[in-house]
This record gives sequence, C-alpha cells and structure tokens, in this order.
Amino acid sequence: MNLGPHAAFIVTAYVAAIAIVAGLIGWIVLDRRQLSRILDDFEAQGISRRSTRADGDKW
Amino acid sequence: MSLIDLANPSRFLALTARALPWLAAATVLAFAIGITQVYFAPDDYQQGATVKIMFLHVPAAWLGIFAWIVMSGAALGTLVWRHPLADVAAKAAAPIGAAFTLMCLVTGSLWGRPMWGTYWVWDARLTSVLVLFLMYLGVIALWRTIDDPAQAARAAAVLTLVGAINIPIIKFSVDWWNTLHQPASVLRLGGSTIHPAILAPLIVMAVAFTLLFVTLHLAAMRNEIMRRRVRTLMMLQAGARTGP
Repeated sequence: MNLGPHAAFIVTAYVAAIAIVAGLIGWIVLDRRQLSRILDDFEAQGISRRSTRADGDKW
Repeated sequence: MSLIDLANPSRFLALTARALPWLAAATVLAFAIGITQVYFAPDDYQQGATVKIMFLHVPAAWLGIFAWIVMSGAALGTLVWRHPLADVAAKAAAPIGAAFTLMCLVTGSLWGRPMWGTYWVWDARLTSVLVLFLMYLGVIALWRTIDDPAQAARAAAVLTLVGAINIPIIKFSVDWWNTLHQPASVLRLGGSTIHPAILAPLIVMAVAFTLLFVTLHLAAMRNEIMRRRVRTLMMLQAGARTGP
C-alpha cells in the first residue's frame, strides 16, 4: 500500500487512535481489577452488603 | 422482561456479564472487516491516501456527539426519575465520549495539515468540537468534585443538558457559518456525496466504533456499580467502627 507523500500524517493518526482506544481499554480493565480486589478484601473481612444491611441497599 | 428489570443494578450486572463477551467479539470482527476494507479502499481523487484518516476521524466525531446524547438521555433519567442507573450511565459515558472527541480533534488536525495547510483554525466546526471536549472535561471534573454520587449526578445532569445546546451547533456549524471544514457529506438531504467504494468502509468502521463504544460503556457502567458498592461497604465499615 502506497500512502503517498503524506504517509507520516496517516500513520500518526492511526497510531494516535490506537493509543487512545488502548488507553480507554486499559483504564477500564485496571479499574475493574482494582475494584474487584477491594470488594474481595471486604468479603474476606466478612463485610458484605446483603449480610450487613437487610433493608435492601440498591447497590 | 421489562425495562425496569434491566434498570435494577444486580440484574444489569448479570445481563451485561453475558452480553459483554459477545459484544467484544462483534467489535473485533467489525474492526477486522473495517480495517480490511480500509486497506483496499481507493485513494480519493483530490486528497489521495489522506482520505484514510477519514475512516477514524468521522466515526470518532459521531461517537463524541453520540456519547453526549447518551449522557443527555441519562441526565433526564437522573432529573425526572432519579434512577441511580441513569447516574451510572452518564458518569461512565463521559470519559469515553471525551476520548472519542479527543480522537476526532487529533485525527482532524493530522488530516488538516496536509489538506488545509494548517493543524488548526478557529472556524465554527473545529471550535464547537473543542468546546464539546472541554465540556466533557468539565463534567468529569464535576463528578470528581462532589463526594455524594446522587448530588454529583444532579449537578452533572444539569450541566449535561445545558451542554446539549452545543450538539446542534456542531452539526449545523458548517451550514450556519462560512467554515474551512467541509459541509456534511454523509448524513445530508439528497444522500451522501461520497463514492460507494469509500462510503462502504466508512460505514463498517462507524459500526465497529459504535460497537466499541457500547462495549466500553457497559464495562465502565459495571465498574461504576462496583465503585458504588465499595463506597457503601466503606461507609458500613466506618459506621461499624464508630458504633451507634
């Protein structure tokens, strides 16, 4: 594929797009891991929503 | 199953846990088809190969706007029905919308330099998209500023609905003002002005980016629900420590 005289602009645009999407995916995955770890810690301490709160916490 | 069942956070988590792998697979498949079509798409008769930037720039622009429309719908859910899942949807969409708007601005600049001779010009379309990006940052900052999620949701909802005024401004800026940016060429009365050989990959890439948005948004909503559970547990823990 010949990208012509403006190849650097085209390649940079695709690299930037990949970096932004990778950043979004990485942020969501790392956030999930961190939150799961905290919830597991609470579980290990015996603190859970259902057992400690019988009035139907919506979260 | 009614809509109200889906709006239950636990039901939402169960449903999205099943849907997300399929959505992720559909996203990868759509991108595989889209990128292949982009690779084989012909160069534009005027712009040459730089037209390939359009396959990123246009879907990113659409999703930057679409995410704000999603947030506006969720803002109505927050203000009218006070539903916490609407808060979650709005909060989760903001960083994703900001990312797509940033992608639109960056790819647009990189397309503009070889085609217009400049990375940036303060014309109505570019400026209104920059305003959209700044509004995303404002909403994200507002969410982070207020500790109470319900209070933050109401403040963010008002800001989101006020900011929605910018959406028609972005869309019609190229018609209302004399801009360097080209007028609408895909979604316009009288049909698209783009050749089918270039329009087809553009549509496939738009579908792929939309699937990516839906996948990331649902995953981010799941994270936000978990974050609120963590917050609830922390408050329960703090309450147990201090005693009655």
